[in-house]
Amino acid sequence: MTNFLQQCFNGLVSGSFYGLLALGLAVIFGMLGVVNFAHGAFYMLGAFGAYVLLTEAGIDFWLALVCVPVLLAVFGGLVERFLVRWLTGLDPLYNFLLTFGITLVLQDLVKREYGVASQPYPRPAALSGTLDLGLFEYPTYQVFAFAVSVTLCLAVWLLLTRTRIGLIVRASTERPELTGALGINVRRWVTPVFAFGVGLAGLAGVLAAPMRAVNPLMGADMVIAVFAVVVIGGLGSIFGSVLAGYAVGLLQALGQLYVPGLAQILTFVLMAVVLLWRPSGLFGREEARA
Amino acid sequence: MRKTAVLLTGALLLAGCNGGPPTASGKLSGDKLVLGVLNDQSGIYADLSGKNSVEAVRMAVEDFKAKYGSKAVTKNIDVVTADHQNKSDVAGSKAQELYDRNEADVILDVPQSASALAVAKVAKDKKKLYFNITAATTELTGKQCNKYTFHYAYDTYMLANGTGTAVTQQGAKNWYVVYPDYAFGQDMQKSFTAAVEKAGGKVGVKDPTPFPNDNFSTFLLKAQNMNPKPDVLGTMQAGGDLVNLVKQYNEFGLRDKGIKLSVGLMFLTDIHSLGPDAFAGTTFTDAWYWNFDAKNREFADRFMKRTNTRPTFAHAANYSAALQYLEAVQRAGTDASDDVVKTLEGHAFEDVFARGGKIRAEDHRVIHDAYLAEVKPKSAVTEAWDYEKILRTIPAAEAFRPVGESGCTFS
Repeated sequence: MTNFLQQCFNGLVSGSFYGLLALGLAVIFGMLGVVNFAHGAFYMLGAFGAYVLLTEAGIDFWLALVCVPVLLAVFGGLVERFLVRWLTGLDPLYNFLLTFGITLVLQDLVKREYGVASQPYPRPAALSGTLDLGLFEYPTYQVFAFAVSVTLCLAVWLLLTRTRIGLIVRASTERPELTGALGINVRRWVTPVFAFGVGLAGLAGVLAAPMRAVNPLMGADMVIAVFAVVVIGGLGSIFGSVLAGYAVGLLQALGQLYVPGLAQILTFVLMAVVLLWRPSGLFGREEARA
Repeated sequence: MRKTAVLLTGALLLAGCNGGPPTASGKLSGDKLVLGVLNDQSGIYADLSGKNSVEAVRMAVEDFKAKYGSKAVTKNIDVVTADHQNKSDVAGSKAQELYDRNEADVILDVPQSASALAVAKVAKDKKKLYFNITAATTELTGKQCNKYTFHYAYDTYMLANGTGTAVTQQGAKNWYVVYPDYAFGQDMQKSFTAAVEKAGGKVGVKDPTPFPNDNFSTFLLKAQNMNPKPDVLGTMQAGGDLVNLVKQYNEFGLRDKGIKLSVGLMFLTDIHSLGPDAFAGTTFTDAWYWNFDAKNREFADRFMKRTNTRPTFAHAANYSAALQYLEAVQRAGTDASDDVVKTLEGHAFEDVFARGGKIRAEDHRVIHDAYLAEVKPKSAVTEAWDYEKILRTIPAAEAFRPVGESGCTFS
């Protein structure tokens, strides 16, 4: 039983990263209609950002956790303003090509500078060791990553459901034309929303740096799983995406425990099943059926 | 009449000397030698081999020219290179291109087993030489061997035989093995299980893991909860996956709980990725180490001047393979493949990479001393890249799969 619970917790820790990334993707897709394939690259830049700040400027993990997402959000804003915006209203294929291209360029720039081998990033001293969770012991750092992710997801949820900004963003995400018709300038919110999503990916990257391999390809592996997550949750559904993120993490962990050979395809089996049952994803909008 | 006969005879003699078919005692095709380096130049093997292996091959060419001077078989030696992107189909077509269009006399390196086997097939069809350095599969000198392919630095048998045997003999009898679920991992798992059991140990559980994978918590927790508790966690992961696993192994504090870590395949660049502390005390088999002795160090210093990094065993082995190929051409006096193969087979040699080196005629396995290494704790590391303590030299004859077990027949 303890073993099972531990595995569930493992899954939730993995899910934390999926959740954070899926949250950003869902917000961006909802409002801009952009399937942002560069999300994995922004996640990778987050981890590299932390690494560079540490080695070049001696800035430690805690400060990086604040600086890097902000810097990346600014960068994301620029990408939206100067690249993504040009393709508004065109076939989504163009956005796919653009963001995929951005991924390749970012990956290769990092590769050129740092090579493909992973870079070392130490765990912050305050978070080393293990924590007694009552039923079992668990690495402190992973508990911390989980807590940060849950807190952030909750905060974003509160922001979206309890504030006026949230109301506008939600409305623009789910019914952009109708929201515009009500006299709200949807376009004004596009850049900040994109920047926010990229910032979240960067934050997930910083969180990953002490526990995962920091290399240029870390985002490429991640983004495939996160897309499956977003599709399962329902394209455009913020709540669904986050929930699916944790669920996929859980599924992968339990899969690894009971059917290790099949663990990798379980996510996609789930995706196929969900799509057969609900073509627009678990929490997707119904009209996507048409 | 007589005069005419003498003239005719003379003319015929002259014609015979110049116009006859090229013989083993003469000429190179196109009066030059071309060494092709085919490897991964931007993907996951780019740092452990990649462009710096090309640089190592260039060093070998320079050293060869310096050694023979005007007596060298030729002054024209080119190094050409191509990127196979770790895809076997790309590797196959690039190999054809190197042999045909670039007139390569030999192809070197080729990481990634499926790509290596594809290149071996091209080499066989074209009757051109191929020295594999960085692929691990024993198939190259096993069932899929051919007369033109040689396997240089290491293979899964050598890794398992070194680490699996040594760690088991040191008393860690009960193993838990995790391996990435693709050809390399599966091959490694089999080799390790065989070596551990031969040494009197037992592989209790072996789990395939997704590839690539960034969360190994499931397996690390499973290791802790196993009954009986394993003495050692044997990981067959490589590159980024290995780094993920080791980071998490440390987070879960498995070492303190008495579960040792043993790594199937590790490169110097992997230790550098995490810093030695994360790996401290981990044993593995190395094909070569840059700070082993003065001779290696001298090479590593020259290498560092050109590349700004210390050589991995893959770099040193590429240097050695290029050098041994050139020496073989020098001995044969020709680049005709069959003649060069003849001078290589059974040849015994020593160089900066291969100690006790010998090219086995029966399966073209290049045997040489291998090393059982342990990662130093950070406190013992006195200079950058000096991460390894060599525990034992495994003599060439003992390190590799015996000829009788290879199953190779050149047909």
